[in-house]
Amino acid sequence: MIYRIEVGFKPQLKDALGEKTRQRIYRDLNILIDSVRIVNIYTVESNLSLEQINLLSQGPYCDHIIQNYTINKPLYTDFDWLIEVGFRPGVTDNVGKTAKEAIESFFNTNLTRNENVYTSTQYLLKGELSEFQVDTIAHDLLANTLIQKYTIMSRNDFNPFVGLKAYIPKVIEKAKATVSEINLDVSDEELIRISKDGILALTLEEMKAIKDYIGSKHVKEQRLSVGISQNITDVELEALAQTWSEHCKHKIFNAIIEYIDDKGNTCTIDSLFNTYIKGSTKVIRESKGKDDFCLSVFKDNAGVIKFNHDYNLVFKIETHNTPSALDPYGGAITGIVGVNRDPFGTGLGAKLIFNTDVFCFASPFYNKPLPPRIFHPKRIFEGVREGVEHGGNKSGIPTINGCIVFDDRYLGKPLVYCGTGGIMPRKIGSKDSHLKIAYTGDLIVMTGGRIGKDGIHGATFSSQELHEDSPVSAVQIGDPITQKKMTDFLLEARNLGLYNSITDNGAGGLSSSIGEMAQDSGGCELYIEKAPLKYSGLNPWEILVSESQERMTLAVPPSKIEQFLDLAKKMKVEATVIGKFTNSGKFHVFYQGKTVAYLDMDFFHNGLPKMKITAKWQPKIQPEPDFPQPLDLNQTLKIMLSRLNICSKEYVVRQYDHEVQGTSVIKPLVGKFNDGPSDAAVIRPLLNSMEGVVVSNGICPRYSDIDAYHMMANAIDEAIRNAISVGGSLDYLAGLDNFCWCDPVKSEKNPDGEYKLAQLVRANMALYDYTTIYGVPCISGKDSMKNDYQIGNIKISVPPTILYSCIGKIENVRKCVTMDVKNPGDLIYILGITFEELGGSEYFALHNFIGNKVPNVDAKKAKVLYQSLAKAINLGLVVSCHDCSDGGLGVALAEIAFAGGYGLDIDLKTVPIKDINRDDYLLFSESASRFLVTIKPQDKIMFEELLKLNTFAEIGIVTESQHLKITGLKGTILINENIQELKDSWQKPLKW
Amino acid sequence: MQAKAIIISGNGTNCETETAYACKLAGFEVVDIVHISKLLSGEIRLDDYHFLNLAGGFLDGDDLGAAKAGVNRFLHARLENSQDKIEDQLLKFISDGKLILGICNGFQLMVKLGLLPGFKNNYTKQKTTLTFNDSGRFENRWVYLKANPDSPCIFTKNIHSIYLPVRHGEGKFVTDSNETLEKIKSKQHISLQYCEEDCLEPSMKYPYNPNGSVDAIAGICDESGLLFGLMPHPEAYLHYTNHPHWTRKSLPEEGAGLKLFKNAFSYIKKHG
Repeated sequence: MIYRIEVGFKPQLKDALGEKTRQRIYRDLNILIDSVRIVNIYTVESNLSLEQINLLSQGPYCDHIIQNYTINKPLYTDFDWLIEVGFRPGVTDNVGKTAKEAIESFFNTNLTRNENVYTSTQYLLKGELSEFQVDTIAHDLLANTLIQKYTIMSRNDFNPFVGLKAYIPKVIEKAKATVSEINLDVSDEELIRISKDGILALTLEEMKAIKDYIGSKHVKEQRLSVGISQNITDVELEALAQTWSEHCKHKIFNAIIEYIDDKGNTCTIDSLFNTYIKGSTKVIRESKGKDDFCLSVFKDNAGVIKFNHDYNLVFKIETHNTPSALDPYGGAITGIVGVNRDPFGTGLGAKLIFNTDVFCFASPFYNKPLPPRIFHPKRIFEGVREGVEHGGNKSGIPTINGCIVFDDRYLGKPLVYCGTGGIMPRKIGSKDSHLKIAYTGDLIVMTGGRIGKDGIHGATFSSQELHEDSPVSAVQIGDPITQKKMTDFLLEARNLGLYNSITDNGAGGLSSSIGEMAQDSGGCELYIEKAPLKYSGLNPWEILVSESQERMTLAVPPSKIEQFLDLAKKMKVEATVIGKFTNSGKFHVFYQGKTVAYLDMDFFHNGLPKMKITAKWQPKIQPEPDFPQPLDLNQTLKIMLSRLNICSKEYVVRQYDHEVQGTSVIKPLVGKFNDGPSDAAVIRPLLNSMEGVVVSNGICPRYSDIDAYHMMANAIDEAIRNAISVGGSLDYLAGLDNFCWCDPVKSEKNPDGEYKLAQLVRANMALYDYTTIYGVPCISGKDSMKNDYQIGNIKISVPPTILYSCIGKIENVRKCVTMDVKNPGDLIYILGITFEELGGSEYFALHNFIGNKVPNVDAKKAKVLYQSLAKAINLGLVVSCHDCSDGGLGVALAEIAFAGGYGLDIDLKTVPIKDINRDDYLLFSESASRFLVTIKPQDKIMFEELLKLNTFAEIGIVTESQHLKITGLKGTILINENIQELKDSWQKPLKW
Repeated sequence: MQAKAIIISGNGTNCETETAYACKLAGFEVVDIVHISKLLSGEIRLDDYHFLNLAGGFLDGDDLGAAKAGVNRFLHARLENSQDKIEDQLLKFISDGKLILGICNGFQLMVKLGLLPGFKNNYTKQKTTLTFNDSGRFENRWVYLKANPDSPCIFTKNIHSIYLPVRHGEGKFVTDSNETLEKIKSKQHISLQYCEEDCLEPSMKYPYNPNGSVDAIAGICDESGLLFGLMPHPEAYLHYTNHPHWTRKSLPEEGAGLKLFKNAFSYIKKHG
């Protein structure tokens, strides 16, 4: 039977979510309507009786204090238009899943796979609307037609006695799964076609390598012996395509690159990754000697460092850009819930203790026509924000900081960086927790969610630009609760020592997770039909490469398997043995007793030919700005504070739980009114210890318009100085590098690939140069290389973007400081020199210029400064500390004043400068490695003594008044503005 | 006698660690985080404890409404090889005069189970609920709370006012009728109300009242004062460095949220 249950708020009560929807319809679509009410629909397909359905409706489905319900008839008929939005077949329906489980609890029964609950949402609109407007509301705001379908109906067309017909988005199950063979003994053109049609993202060279392997005599003989065809199977080709994808193998970072600089000098770089990233970490670790805190770098799902004698820290950041472009909510929730599994699947598994997220969007106020298949940036913003909100909050992991960068070049692909940190005991039983190994004979166990067609081709898909035929199956919706249940279970299993190795099923699904783990033992046998499916009829290759979420793969020794499976059953988590690890040297997959894949492990992992590409650096000369200094700098400062890249992000921050787990020390919003912008986050992961973890981010993509070398240098410096600002120390900081590039491989449709590759090379050179000076090793990282959009002749590429993130240890969190000024009479210092470095600045961007003088980081000097400042903070001499970044000194002064609730009296003549003769340039230059610090007057001598090796100056005083007063280079008062006015300007743009 | 506290975890509960830590700091000699599967398997029984904590989180993702699916499990899921339900143990626990504290999602769970307000010792009839904030948003912010000195609540004893974080999307307290609301007020069920910095009067003003709760209600107890639920998170303020202004002023080492747990401990020690 099919029942349709409608649940909605009682008419006399406020429908807060309906009202929020009404406001968004007005704000985002400029359509004014009288009211929106929301009705939740549960469509139940089961053998339950009507009486039982009635009990359910009175119980778990409806809150009788505030809601009404109906069964098989419409709940409300008082509307002008109705929009109903439901999922398409096969799309994850988290609420539906919970609703099904509620039936099972309620009746103490188990439903069959054919009994299900599907949810949809009805929006009842009141107001004078045309059908076109209603369709716009449905299409542009409420439904994403990629994963959802919607119905609209006017009151006139609506039959109040019948309502809408129940719709069951059931996956049509195929009767029989098949394995097909592909003949690779064909022409080059045909090989290219096979790759393209199959969304394999394999190059001709790679296709040829596979063709040669399959065609070799030795391989042919072996295949004959296990009864698999001489042709490659789809299972094998798909597994290879996933494993060899840019996403999994980082082909560009491992390529041989011919780099030609602007003077024509040429050098050959054999792997950017090995040369610069791993290379720098190696040098740093050696120089740290016995103080080296790194435990596991670049080899596991996340990097591991020591925290103290008993615990380790784990940290990883990933991007989920393309899926977020197609379905912002689903893409983002999958991004955050997905990156959670990286620290969770590192070593023997870590407890997750924080999230940090950075988003790059086009302006939410974008008002030009949108190219095909692109959502409005506001919609992307809201969808991503909400996806990460649900993923983070529901997992009980605090989102301790982050930032949002705006640039209209993120219109084609938003960047969604999601990061997660974890903590684990240094020893689990007698084993080092950061190590893991799958032994021959261990059983392959898959646990967590089931496999469906969702997420097929995610890895190969993200290795391409967003194009017309981008597959919808690549979109998934993460389910934090399924994952939470799984992680609760696995942490218990970890502590009982029930497994030898663990990894997550992310890109490439089982083929990647098992393929990687099987390298330990030297082979595997996988019985793919044993893997639990969401619905029948998946082909073996689909089961193998599906990226369905919330799954981990484990190596469980046979002696522990019973205990492991019993615990899983008790904790209501699915766990299934699907194979075993061997030392056969083969990646061997069976389907119903028949071999469907038989690949040499060595070829599987090392058969990929190295890419050879060329990079050519030619600096671009940008026009120098020629605008005069504005007459009213009060006004200019307010405009700067309202810039999207500077303004308050409180709207987003408040919707993320940043205090769950009770560890919060330095919050994202600080100051007298809990609304000032914190530089970095500090948590105390062990509640009985004063040891803290500092987490900070640096990102400045605008500088790559001038030179990606300096973009990288500034991002590193920003992350480090943010950590220093709150009390971190250079002695105990590690980094994550996260590259999001536009396609750097030259081709017909990508003519400036060599330039973009040169940008990439230069960014890597900077990474090496700066991390080695600062002594901050990268411990893990990620690259996403195809952040382009190309449909028709419209091409939009993101600016080369680095997110550099730091994690570090703070010995005693009592010493930490925040950025807000604290007391009138405190002295204000600026540390560091201000140069005329406005190239790529927010101030030049305001005037539509880029300029050329990009901030240059003098890391050797900065290092001394950071050490001195850290000492001063540690001695308790610093009352507040804030770094100068976007918007420079002017913006930083306004921020420390309104966050602290006091005025400032500042004299610019005292600021250490070089080559600056304009007040506006001095105020808004973005020179690196600068801080604003306040101290108590009585600490002046000691503080200055500590800082004596550095350039710094006392530039003013904190005042009782509510005004920020700034005197200029010529002695006139440039700025004299009420701090509340400044704060209003800063808060206004994104105060939704 | 050893004072024993239990914190139930699983299915999306996520504040169990800090809630357990609060119990430990308050003095409880035994503090156990127990996955709900161990209650359902019969391995562990509530009877063995004096103080039940229903911690914050998102039971089953709050997918059917905050804590709704969790309520369903408490009411209907059967213990292994038995017809008993968790609710049976819960009602026994209450009739034994033991303490229950529900924080955030735990408060939502208590209210929807009917444990609160629990008029005339009827703990199975839902009379009130917690629904979507007026803003329609989840919000994390610190709020000022004023305790009701006339409330029998043993948890808020000797507390005049307190500053704590809220972190919820469904915290608006609503009753089924005006009579219920009047009864909650007249019988002093109201234990905590949102207020402004001065902590004088309950406030309906956003963001002081972050969700639009009627009468600015942030927490209520039953008639005995032994059952208490609140939306704000006392377990998130156990140490002064949790306070948003700790870098601005000097504060006692111990966070004010701990007081609630200490009151629970004292009560148990006094009354056995």
